[in-house]
Amino acid sequence: MIPRSFEYSAPGTLDEAVALLQKLGSDAKILSGGQSLIPMMKLRLASPPHIVDINRIPGLDYITEKDGFLRIGALVRESDLERSELVRSRFPILVDTTSVIADPLVRNQATVCGNLAHGDPANDHPATMLALGAIVVAVGPRGERDVPVENFFPALFTTALEADEILREIKIPIPPPSTGGAYLKLERKVGDYATAGVAVQITLNNSGACTAAAGIGLTNVGFTPIKAVKAEAFVKGKQLDQAAVKQASEIAAGESHPVDDIRGPADYKRDLVRVLTARAIVRALERVKGGV
Amino acid sequence: MTTENSSRTSTVPETDSEEYSSVNPATDMIDCKLSRRDFVKTVGYFTGAGALGLQLISVETIVECAPLEFSASAHTVELTVNGLVHKLTMDTRVTLLDALREYLKLTGTKKGCDHGQCGACTVLVNGRRINSCLSLAVTHQGDQITTIEGLSGGEELHPLQTAFIEHDGFQCGYCTPGQICSAVALLEEARRGDASFVTPDLAHTGRVELTPEEIRERMSGNVCRCGAYPGIVQAVQTASRTL
Ligand SMILES: Cc1cc2nc3c(=O)[nH]c(=O)nc-3n(C[C@H](O)[C@H](O)[C@H](O)COP(=O)(O)OP(=O)(O)OC[C@H]3O[C@@H](n4cnc5c(N)ncnc54)[C@H](O)[C@@H]3O)c2cc1C
Ligand code: FES
Ligand code: FES
Repeated sequence: MIPRSFEYSAPGTLDEAVALLQKLGSDAKILSGGQSLIPMMKLRLASPPHIVDINRIPGLDYITEKDGFLRIGALVRESDLERSELVRSRFPILVDTTSVIADPLVRNQATVCGNLAHGDPANDHPATMLALGAIVVAVGPRGERDVPVENFFPALFTTALEADEILREIKIPIPPPSTGGAYLKLERKVGDYATAGVAVQITLNNSGACTAAAGIGLTNVGFTPIKAVKAEAFVKGKQLDQAAVKQASEIAAGESHPVDDIRGPADYKRDLVRVLTARAIVRALERVKGGV
Repeated sequence: MTTENSSRTSTVPETDSEEYSSVNPATDMIDCKLSRRDFVKTVGYFTGAGALGLQLISVETIVECAPLEFSASAHTVELTVNGLVHKLTMDTRVTLLDALREYLKLTGTKKGCDHGQCGACTVLVNGRRINSCLSLAVTHQGDQITTIEGLSGGEELHPLQTAFIEHDGFQCGYCTPGQICSAVALLEEARRGDASFVTPDLAHTGRVELTPEEIRERMSGNVCRCGAYPGIVQAVQTASRTL
């Protein structure tokens, strides 16, 4: 299908883009990778009268480490993560996540920031960013503000962004030593959204127990991406032996709220969260010990 | 995407998709200054008034539709395709795929699903492989676009084209232009050392060895309805050894 008619602007700076968004209000939609927006427009599930293309704004495609954070700019494509030595060596969980999103063609256009900005609980990065304790940097007419990712998804297909704000950057705290993370997703075929997905990030102290920094995020088992706070609280201070992993995964499953759909019945998905959580914890522990 | 949305139609915020829903996309593509009531009326004419109605429609259409060039949402863009620059004035809604096929008549690039799910429309933009159906033509000012038509040097085929022939990497051939464009970029990505889901060691940098498993994973965005996959994998592997 062909989208409804729209006006198109491609501002050359962030300031221009923000001014345009302020002027147009809810008539405007930001276009970054277009891999969710264009299909929605073709299906006429979205019909924005004005598209503000941010792809022409220079200097937004950075992946850098600065002031204690890994920073991912608005125009970093999924495939850039698969390419980045910094990400591959320090944040293998991000490679886990990006490499199961869609397929290589889609990943060459889709942006990491757009994956959060879209607000779809079926998207994969939200769970990972929840596990990593990421911060979203939004820029708008009132300046810049930080939004912790756990406050970023208030409802289905809704984010904390105002209509005139641009998600400029994702900031991920550089983890302390003895940290490992992993993202596991079950999909029916390449290019499919998750039946369920689980992201786990853990840090161990000198005696091998889990510190308070543990993060667990769940994909596509609720109306929003889910931060499994009870499971996180459970693992804190524990030695993650087999019994503890089992219990943590059962708690995480209890925190999911899946519904029956084409990907399976709710009970199956809840059990899948249990299995994936256990496996992701084990994988994260391997990575703490230096595995990849 | 389609299934994703259909599984959630009840939860998606109210849409305006009922408007124009019964209108033929070809008519809709022309940016008519017709109100919804006019459209309902015209559809009514089509279904109710037979030949006379159709005639009435065409008169109405001429009177009431602004030609595409004068549409408020027309844009001029210079597309560089296979080294040639084309200046085109198009509706902003035209995808790169439709610009290539319908405006430039480069019909080698195919439309399969039009929703980013099959890879038939794969082209190279500044060397990166993308689905041209999920990219607006107006966003490509100044980009270097390469299509299947631009790969060979005249009569001399690109090594991947030769390999596809040698290994029977196709049956009906519909997916083939996309497969080949995708594979061209794949070889460059592997040479550069990009990781994939099946790459065993993320710490390893430098050229990736293209095992059949790596090729299958890296070609996973290009679907072949005829199932020519064994030949496609062999062709890519052969080309990776010669290039
Ligand atoms: C075939 C296919 C399969 C897919 N499979 C998966 C999958 O398995 N997992 C997954 O996670 N995703 C999947 N996706 C979605 C893909 O990852 C999307 O690209 C992503 O969700 C949105 O990123 P984008 O850059 O393309 O954003 P766009 O499509 O450009 O934008 C999406 C929304 O976010 C807004 N937006 C975008 N960028 C910003 C910004 N910087 N600031 C403020 N608002 C912004 C837009 O206005 C729009 O509302 C798939 C897509 C396709 C086509
Ligand atoms: S036509 Fe573009 S991916 Fe199918
Ligand atoms: S050769 Fe027929 S679709 Fe691939």
